Amino acid sequence: MRRLKAQIIDTDGFDRTLTRLAHEILEKNRGASNIVIVGIRTRGEFIARRVADIIETVEHTKLHLGSMDITLYRDDLLGKLEQPQLKGTEVLFDINDRDVILIDDVLYTGRTIRAALDELADLGRPRTIQLAVLVDRGHRQLPIRADYVGKNIPTSANESIRVHVKEVDGEDAVLLMHPEE
Amino acid sequence: MPLHSKHLLGLDGMSREDLQLILDTAVSFREVLERPIKKVPPLQGKTVANMFFENSTRTRLSFELAERRLSADVLGFVATGSSVSKGETLKDTARNIEAMKVDMVVMRHSAAGASHYLSRVIDANVINAGDGSHEHPTQGLLDMYTIREKHGRLNDLHVCIVGDISHSRVARSNIFGLKTMGARVSVCGPATMIPREIDRLGVDVYHHLDDVLPTVDVLNVLRIQLERDAGRLFPTIREYRQTFGITRRRLEKAGRVMTIMHPGPINRDVEISADVADSEHSVILQQVLNGVAVRMSVLYLLSTRN
Amino acid sequence: MQLLLKGGRLIDPPTGRDEALDILVTDGRIERIGKNLSESTAQVIELRGKVIAPGFIDMHVHFREPGYEYKESIASGCEAAAAGGFTAVCCMPNTNPPIDDESIVHFIHARSRVALGGLVDVYPIGAVTAGRKGEHLARLAELSAAGAVAFSDDGESVYDAELMRRALEYSAMFKKPIIQHAEEPSLTKGGVANEGYPSVSLGLPPMPRIAEEIMVARDIRLAEYTGGQYHVAHVSAAQTLDHIRNAKAKGLPVTCEVTPHHYTLIDEALSSFDTNTKMNPPLRTRDDVEAMKAGLKDGVIDAIATDHAPHSYDEKEVEFAQAPFGIIGLETALGLAVTELVRKNVLSLYQLVEKLSTNPRRLLHLPTIVIAEGEEANLTIFDPGAEWVVDPSLFRSLARNTPFGGMRLVGKPIGILNNGRAFWS
Repeated sequence: MRRLKAQIIDTDGFDRTLTRLAHEILEKNRGASNIVIVGIRTRGEFIARRVADIIETVEHTKLHLGSMDITLYRDDLLGKLEQPQLKGTEVLFDINDRDVILIDDVLYTGRTIRAALDELADLGRPRTIQLAVLVDRGHRQLPIRADYVGKNIPTSANESIRVHVKEVDGEDAVLLMHPEE
Repeated sequence: MPLHSKHLLGLDGMSREDLQLILDTAVSFREVLERPIKKVPPLQGKTVANMFFENSTRTRLSFELAERRLSADVLGFVATGSSVSKGETLKDTARNIEAMKVDMVVMRHSAAGASHYLSRVIDANVINAGDGSHEHPTQGLLDMYTIREKHGRLNDLHVCIVGDISHSRVARSNIFGLKTMGARVSVCGPATMIPREIDRLGVDVYHHLDDVLPTVDVLNVLRIQLERDAGRLFPTIREYRQTFGITRRRLEKAGRVMTIMHPGPINRDVEISADVADSEHSVILQQVLNGVAVRMSVLYLLSTRN
Repeated sequence: MQLLLKGGRLIDPPTGRDEALDILVTDGRIERIGKNLSESTAQVIELRGKVIAPGFIDMHVHFREPGYEYKESIASGCEAAAAGGFTAVCCMPNTNPPIDDESIVHFIHARSRVALGGLVDVYPIGAVTAGRKGEHLARLAELSAAGAVAFSDDGESVYDAELMRRALEYSAMFKKPIIQHAEEPSLTKGGVANEGYPSVSLGLPPMPRIAEEIMVARDIRLAEYTGGQYHVAHVSAAQTLDHIRNAKAKGLPVTCEVTPHHYTLIDEALSSFDTNTKMNPPLRTRDDVEAMKAGLKDGVIDAIATDHAPHSYDEKEVEFAQAPFGIIGLETALGLAVTELVRKNVLSLYQLVEKLSTNPRRLLHLPTIVIAEGEEANLTIFDPGAEWVVDPSLFRSLARNTPFGGMRLVGKPIGILNNGRAFWS
């Protein structure tokens, strides 16, 4: 069991952060005309949906929104103790020459993003791939950085970050947890 | 939860949860097959040996494709002309192949129980690709997947299997799997081709198509082995076709729309007429495509089971 | 050499005796029988609670010599018999060459006399047909004169009705039974397992019970017609027993035996495709097992015989369809009999001794074992209460093909005395 160390973002902060991310994405891409959004399952999928909602409201447009299960591309799949359940990838639109906004909840070692980039490459050839994350907690193991960061949270390696979204967890929050006891 | 067994030997006794897991996981692989690049990396570095002691081009190609699409290294082995004809035992053949550091073995064999035996003598995961008249579990799974895709469920559907049930591994795997998932299963065929005591499996038996068709949701038509027992089980092909052949007229008479399946290869205008096989209700080609996805699912779930 | 068997329960069906007694054996001969015997020079064997019986006979074994000595030789087979509590066996003629010639009978006699110093009596069973091919009669008179105690093509049926008729007529001249492996071959062609669970669920080619029943029904009519003596080997199907029951009611010289596996195991044991569950006749259903027990109890089944069928490790380490039929039985027979029959109140110990000694000897016209002062000791001694776990690696048989490994049994041989020799398990 891990105990709570601190609540980093509460419900209001969560909304504000997502709104800022949406605006940054729009600003950098000069509008929403060429962007598509892909969330990484599980939590990233819900964050992607929220960001997409905000952009759609602001821009009065409809976005392509997909989700990816990167399990098949993990580099630790054959060594893992517990078999992850496949939830499937749903990217039901063409990503060729689009600006793909890849969204996840927490950026940590970078291995998930590496897997997601590989999977995206199998789905097509986007013009750009940009990474948006709610939290960057550091400790990268691969040369990967995010284009949009909700909040940088310095952590020690044995602490953990938990992102709650109301669709799954009943509340929006980012929690910093003590090391495992 | 991972699969309960490290092998896939049959659907007899497999739990509902395991069946569900394989079918659900296959949905993800079905999506992969629609991509521009139909290949994913989870079995990178794994080696799969396909040991086919009995010829079956379709099943072998389907497995091979599934393995390659999961990025496994594939070792092919077809019995004809190999050491089997030199009198080497299955055990020695299998152990020799395993000595080459093979992680999984897919085996087709003419003897019932051959894959059970294999699973006792080697450490690799064993997938039964058909053993005699016993089971053909991946065929049963792909049939279930196809039915579920078409009807959205398996429970309370009436699936009727038509043909030589006695000698059919496809029939057995279908019956075991579908019964576990709550379907109603019936069999229809000549009395000489329905095993005695089949009621043990909880299926209804029919000898006249007209009696069963009016309540059928899915009709799974088995290939009739033209060469089987030369006239001792049924007198002539003509008589079989007239009595048990699935034709448009017969289906129209039943007055019911039903999904048409066939494990292939089809004897056109013998067990099934060409127009039925090619009709809008036929899912025969979907079965082929789903076969790859289901086999990917099984390979993936067994190899990542740890 | 003197042995004093102290306080054992002597069960001797030929005399009807069943009481605790002491037996003094001197140089293989029974010197005294009585209560509270003592003899200072004798080795005393305390047998309170144990059973002393006339020597057991397994009237159906396959010793693979000549021809297949790698499976079992006469020497190793005799050791297995002795370890299993048997002082005699009848060996089936499916050797190579088969026992269809007097020279093979002599050969087997010669071999058995040197195995354990001639401790175990080995009675050859001659082939019914030349070469066991089912075409012409073997030289039954010659075989009989040489010492064959019965005739059988076991492993194959004598399926030609005319040939069976002639065999029954001809063998009746020497008062020797024809032992039939009852199987109508056209009904079992390609079959490897019972029709029922194994054929329905496992897809194994079937051997229906009716194949046995039909052959027995036919043969009984032939026996009645010819006046020949007919014995059914290894009955397995409930319906078969009905025919035998009727034949006996008519007073026909028709008898039968059952194997321990056919009253112990059912066809559902095949679910893992273990080749040690493959035998012919195949394992049947629970109903059949119950019928076998009922048949033992009411006397329709005369004898228990093991059909001891040794095969090498490699021969059974194959796919089910490719494996040879048969399992070994000599060293588990007594344990299975006590566990499945005596403990489950199917047979009393007294009746068990009849099935393992008195009855088979009678139907084979072998001399009755007499347990009396001055007679040669031919005894089986066993502990009906000993619990043990079957460990095939400890078998004296060369073969290990048994489905009973790891099974907990009650009833264990202690030793045998025969032909002036003793063997202690």
